[in-house]
Amino acid sequence: MDYALIVILQLVVTIANLALISAGLAVIFGMMRIINMAHGEFLMLGGYAALVSHQAGLNLWLAIFVAAPVTVGLIGAVLERLVIRRLYGRMIDTMLATWGVSLALVGVVTVIFGNRVSGISPPLGSVPIGGYAIGLYELLTAGVTALLFLGGWIVLRRTPVGLIARGAMQNREMAAALGVDPARVYATTFVTGAAISGLAGALIAPITGVAPSIGSVYIAKAFITVISGGTAILTGALSASALLGSVNTAFSFVMTPVLGEVALLAAAVLLLRVLPRGITGRFFRRSL
Amino acid sequence: MTDFSRRTLLKTAAAGAALGLAPAYLRHASAAEPIQVAGIHDASGGIDIYGRPMINSLALAVEEINAAGGVLGRPIALKNYDPQSNMQLYTQYATEAATKQKASVVFGGIISASREAMRPTLRRFRTPYFYNMLYEGGVCDRNVFCMGSTPAQTLQKFTPFVMKRFNAKTIYVLAADYNYGQITTKWIRKFASENGGAVAQADFFPLDVNDFGPTIRKIQAEKPDMIMSVLVGAAHNSFYRQWVAAGMKDKIPMASTTFGIGNEQVLTSPDEHNGIVVSYAYFDGLKTPENEAFLKKYTARFGEKADAVTEASAMTYHAVNLWAAAAAKAGSVDRDKVILALESGLSFTGPAGKTTIDPKTHHDTLDTYIAEVRDRAYHVLESFPQQPPADTAAVCDLAASPNETKQFVIDVKS
Repeated sequence: MDYALIVILQLVVTIANLALISAGLAVIFGMMRIINMAHGEFLMLGGYAALVSHQAGLNLWLAIFVAAPVTVGLIGAVLERLVIRRLYGRMIDTMLATWGVSLALVGVVTVIFGNRVSGISPPLGSVPIGGYAIGLYELLTAGVTALLFLGGWIVLRRTPVGLIARGAMQNREMAAALGVDPARVYATTFVTGAAISGLAGALIAPITGVAPSIGSVYIAKAFITVISGGTAILTGALSASALLGSVNTAFSFVMTPVLGEVALLAAAVLLLRVLPRGITGRFFRRSL
Repeated sequence: MTDFSRRTLLKTAAAGAALGLAPAYLRHASAAEPIQVAGIHDASGGIDIYGRPMINSLALAVEEINAAGGVLGRPIALKNYDPQSNMQLYTQYATEAATKQKASVVFGGIISASREAMRPTLRRFRTPYFYNMLYEGGVCDRNVFCMGSTPAQTLQKFTPFVMKRFNAKTIYVLAADYNYGQITTKWIRKFASENGGAVAQADFFPLDVNDFGPTIRKIQAEKPDMIMSVLVGAAHNSFYRQWVAAGMKDKIPMASTTFGIGNEQVLTSPDEHNGIVVSYAYFDGLKTPENEAFLKKYTARFGEKADAVTEASAMTYHAVNLWAAAAAKAGSVDRDKVILALESGLSFTGPAGKTTIDPKTHHDTLDTYIAEVRDRAYHVLESFPQQPPADTAAVCDLAASPNETKQFVIDVKS
């Protein structure tokens, strides 16, 4: 019984982890159709922003929930102004440009912090469950992910801001004709995506540590999750995380963690063969 | 034109073959010309935590020798290559060091995969090679000298020691997924079963894995008496952090064959590492006059914040000095003469105590220690002076078969 509970909790944590690293990309790639190859570096920058501000004396929670998203959001704003703005609607070009940005960010961070792993210990300790235990921080991360997606849903569905954003993404000219400034909407959306990535990177940092090249660990998984999810960004990212995360956890427990990773990739390949437009291309089509 | 160049090539080849070592001979014609030496260590990427202190020791040893007048009156020109934790670059740089730089000797290689990437290349180009990291044992190659400790020198004592200390019968092994992790796990199986215990389960992880959540749950289900960590590299470091975060710290004790050789005691907090038991051929807390003098020079040269000296770092220092002594003894930096001189049972007493080259295996007899990590430092619990490389010696005799080139792998029936 205790064991079943711990396995379920581990499953929730794994799914939340996938959803968390994909959330920012779901906004930038899912909504804006920008193939953001620098997504992994946004996560990495979030981790460093939290680490550095915490080491400079800032409270850990403020570092994670305020400093990291603000820093990465600002970096996103600069990048949007200098690079991304010129490339809206040119998907392949965004891929090349953001790949260049990704290499540059890795280079700059390596120069500043050195190519080494730094870390903060995860706070909060652990909760015992029968003879087992699980880190409270990991559960908190899962909770924050849930709140993040709930918040995203409320903003997109229930607020005028969300409506305008969705409208501008769907039909730029029509939105402009109705008096919306699409350039501003695009910039704001990109910055929001970057800030979410920053928060995600900061949340993961205490668990995994940060290194300049750590983005490469996440980028493939994030893209696989978002693409498997399909057009509806929130439902898509969540359902794909749930599916791929379950496959990963099941194989990790029954066999080895390495086969868990292999199974995740195999499941994604299979999924896209059966549902080329992602999960939400077939199911939950009217969702967000 | 084609004919001409082919003929020239053939002539040159014939002349080269006839003279044998002519290029090497010509090179020592001018006495003041520096001796080329190559160092190939990861200074960046996930393996750099091991590489950086090794690169420091290599530089320190070379500078000392040069300050004392060089080798055979010639200064050493050291060139460092950084393979960036990328195994392909190891082969490339080994070739470059042997052919373009024409190095007389190569020091380097960190993880076993990198050693196996360079070994055939350096053998083909007849460039002697010193591998200074502790490893799984069994390399039998006359062109190579392995300075680090091997399982018979450490694990054979270490496994029963920790089983007794932790009152453990079942061991859960977490290992890096390449030759070092795989073979070391076999040794742990062997020594555990010889001492009435068993390896309950062994999990292997690629070097870039940094999420150990599912594994920690599996360990909780398995309830082993102790953990043996054979994890390698910076990404694996996060295991120690996640282990503590999952509340496992004082529930299941841990020993490791790798914790500390990348100065993990600095990268993790005392909460995370207190109580981990390790076994190496060197600790920077050793109170011998040689070590204290060495550490003083090391700190003076690289500063207070430099990476602490590790076994591999100390052994790099030993290796350079042994090679220099061999060249002096041979009166030449020629490959065959230096190897013969090293095979005369040369020894060097330095920071890691006395290390003596074993001519039959090209490994060395060295002192090993078992220590506990506490508050970022090592506290030696037991020491085992002058351990011979018995594991490699059981399978390798280079005096009898000098053309052997393989790495023998222990076969353990569990």
